[in-house]
Amino acid sequence: MQEVVNKTTVEKRILAPRDSRKTIGTIHVSKPRMVCRNVNVYYGDKQAIRNVSIDIGCNEVLAMIGPSGCGKSTFLRCLNRMNDTIDSCWVTGEILFDDKNIYDPSIDVVPLRAQVGMVFQKPNPFPKSIYENIAWAPKIHGIVESKSDADEIVETSLLKAGLWEEVKDRLDQPGTGLSGGQQQRLCIARAIAVSPEVILMDEPCSALDPIATAKIEDLIEELKTQYTIAIVTHSMQQASRVSQRTAFFHLGDLIEVGMTKDIFTKPSHQLTEDYITGRYG
Amino acid sequence: MNKSTRKSAARSSSGRVKTIDIVNKGLKRRYGKEKRFRFYGLLSIIASAAFLAFLLTSIVSKGYSAFLQTYIKLDVPLEAGMLDKQNPGRSDFQGIIKEAIKDYYPGVTERQDKRELYSLFSSGAAFQLRDEVLNNPSREGSTISLWVLADDDVDMLMKGHIKREVPESQRRLSDKQLRWIERLEKDNRIEKRFNTTFFSAGDSREPELAGIWGAVKGSFYTMLVTLMLSFPIGIAAAVYLEEFAPKNLATDFIEVNINNLAAVPSIVFGLLGLAVFLNFFGMPRSTPLVGGIVLMLMTLPTIIIASRAALKAVPPSIREAALGVGSSKLQVVASHVLPLALPGMLTGTIIGMAQALGETAPLLMIGMVAFIVDIPGGFTDPSAVMPVQIYLWADSPERAFVERTSAAIMVLLAFLISMNAVAVVLRKRFERRW
Ligand SMILES: Nc1ncnc2c1ncn2[C@@H]1O[C@H](COP(=O)(O)OP(=O)(O)O)[C@@H](O)[C@H]1O
Ligand SMILES: [Mg+2]
Repeated sequence: MQEVVNKTTVEKRILAPRDSRKTIGTIHVSKPRMVCRNVNVYYGDKQAIRNVSIDIGCNEVLAMIGPSGCGKSTFLRCLNRMNDTIDSCWVTGEILFDDKNIYDPSIDVVPLRAQVGMVFQKPNPFPKSIYENIAWAPKIHGIVESKSDADEIVETSLLKAGLWEEVKDRLDQPGTGLSGGQQQRLCIARAIAVSPEVILMDEPCSALDPIATAKIEDLIEELKTQYTIAIVTHSMQQASRVSQRTAFFHLGDLIEVGMTKDIFTKPSHQLTEDYITGRYG
Repeated sequence: MNKSTRKSAARSSSGRVKTIDIVNKGLKRRYGKEKRFRFYGLLSIIASAAFLAFLLTSIVSKGYSAFLQTYIKLDVPLEAGMLDKQNPGRSDFQGIIKEAIKDYYPGVTERQDKRELYSLFSSGAAFQLRDEVLNNPSREGSTISLWVLADDDVDMLMKGHIKREVPESQRRLSDKQLRWIERLEKDNRIEKRFNTTFFSAGDSREPELAGIWGAVKGSFYTMLVTLMLSFPIGIAAAVYLEEFAPKNLATDFIEVNINNLAAVPSIVFGLLGLAVFLNFFGMPRSTPLVGGIVLMLMTLPTIIIASRAALKAVPPSIREAALGVGSSKLQVVASHVLPLALPGMLTGTIIGMAQALGETAPLLMIGMVAFIVDIPGGFTDPSAVMPVQIYLWADSPERAFVERTSAAIMVLLAFLISMNAVAVVLRKRFERRW
């Protein structure tokens, strides 16, 4: 009962027209890979993201935290236009990637998504063999031509995802037959098989046990040398372990951004402090 | 702490009403409900199984005798040079058969008697003789013994459908004819053999010459046309509507109309076929081509609806996964969605095809009810289909068509079962549940 009441009040507050709250902290970085300015996202006439501006730096891990329903996934899915699949969803503002607004009509989502890959909350390997899971995307993009190219990509991707040793003898077996943690690493391997520049992760560990979670976190640690990573997480420990910068969202607003160690030791906004100390959310 | 919580706390501390007691008290009723439900389910299954068994036994018991047919052995003398080599049709095989019969019954001289005697033999006997002679021309000049078809009345007598005990006036065979048959029996010249005609011939006015093969081939060609058109069109329409079409008023309108089409009486499609394909486009009447197109119209809604349901059942996470690595919509559909939806689409197709196979009404409208003797050799030959053949035979007065009707139903069921079997095998192949 309590749950329901909370939800409706949250929705009422989102629906109520109000100005966005000002973001505390520095949204700029010295070497940005993606630049978001005044991003608003609506589902129908309901606004889920309000006037969010933030930079995502090159080779950094940006963590996004906040109470559930605050719009973290919505914002993340804007970054590679996954929101296009939702009919009612529309976006205003600018998201620059390579100095081009990805919502510009001239931008094709296919190459965009090849450069900005995504790992989802629930592991979703294709119902095909482990090999096919990795090799499919390079094949459709024409990155690989021969079988040996494909073999190589499969091996390097699985090696990077730390899964090679576990699956090298069963590449022809279904990807869905792996454990949850292995499936999620397979999904990460699938994402890096097309050599994207940015990887978006939406609560990649929320369906996993602590050991599998630790493995994924180690993996993120290694991946950040080559990729820019934006990760949504509901675990404050995870955010503090893996990320350099942290963004705190609340009811569609970006409340505070800063270096992770600052956010977790001396938050500036009352809401941030309440959230990270567990008083709220 | 309010009053009610205090009260319940007191109760549980005194141990009088524990939750587990309440649960236990209700258990018996719960299990009783479940038992009753299972009983009803079992009952309905038994009832439907009983009906099915009754139907099948009645069809089989009526129809199995049609798989046998009475033959009579005749000694036929073939004069040298009787065969007109240039034009074998001109040779008088009918006359030769009659001679052979007369030779066997020398006592029969009256014209009336002769006619009665000849009527014991099928008019197909002459064709049998012709085939025999044409296949073995070397036997000219010798006497061959040939098993020829008996007339359907003789066949009915041998199968016990005409009783010898009933008075002559109520019997289709006269006392004389019975005596002639008795002589054949004594000489071991009459016996029931496997009825190859039934499985190799087209329709005929003479039951002993009538076969289901023409209708089987007609149905096969018709189904082929239906499948070739409705499967690709149906799946393309479903994929487009489900995966590509924008959700707007136009697509809503199309969706409603597809659902309505599925409920339109099939005879309407026949009328449409008559007006459009026969009268407007001038396609050939009574042919599998037109029949197949008409049945395609009828099966399309079924296939589209089932295919859309199958597409809807594909988890959206698979689509997101594929889109997330930068595939185009078509690549998502072709590589991931279609393979997962195909088993469901096949199920819908087989349901539609099974309906189409048993459909009579729309085919009557486009002339497939015509009496067609020839076995169709292609899509544009006039032909019958099985359900219409069954309908025609069921309507025929001859006693021998009763068993042939049931036998034709058995053949139709066999056709249906083999069609389903193919679909099941295909579905198993695609159904890799990973
Ligand atoms: N497909 C959708 N259609 C309508 N509203 C949505 C949809 N997805 C999310 N929302 C709404 O947008 C808000 C933000 O959701 P989401 O981004 O999923 O939050 P988070 O990931 O932070 O938990 C919520 O109020 C949610 O109800
Ligand atoms: Mg979320």
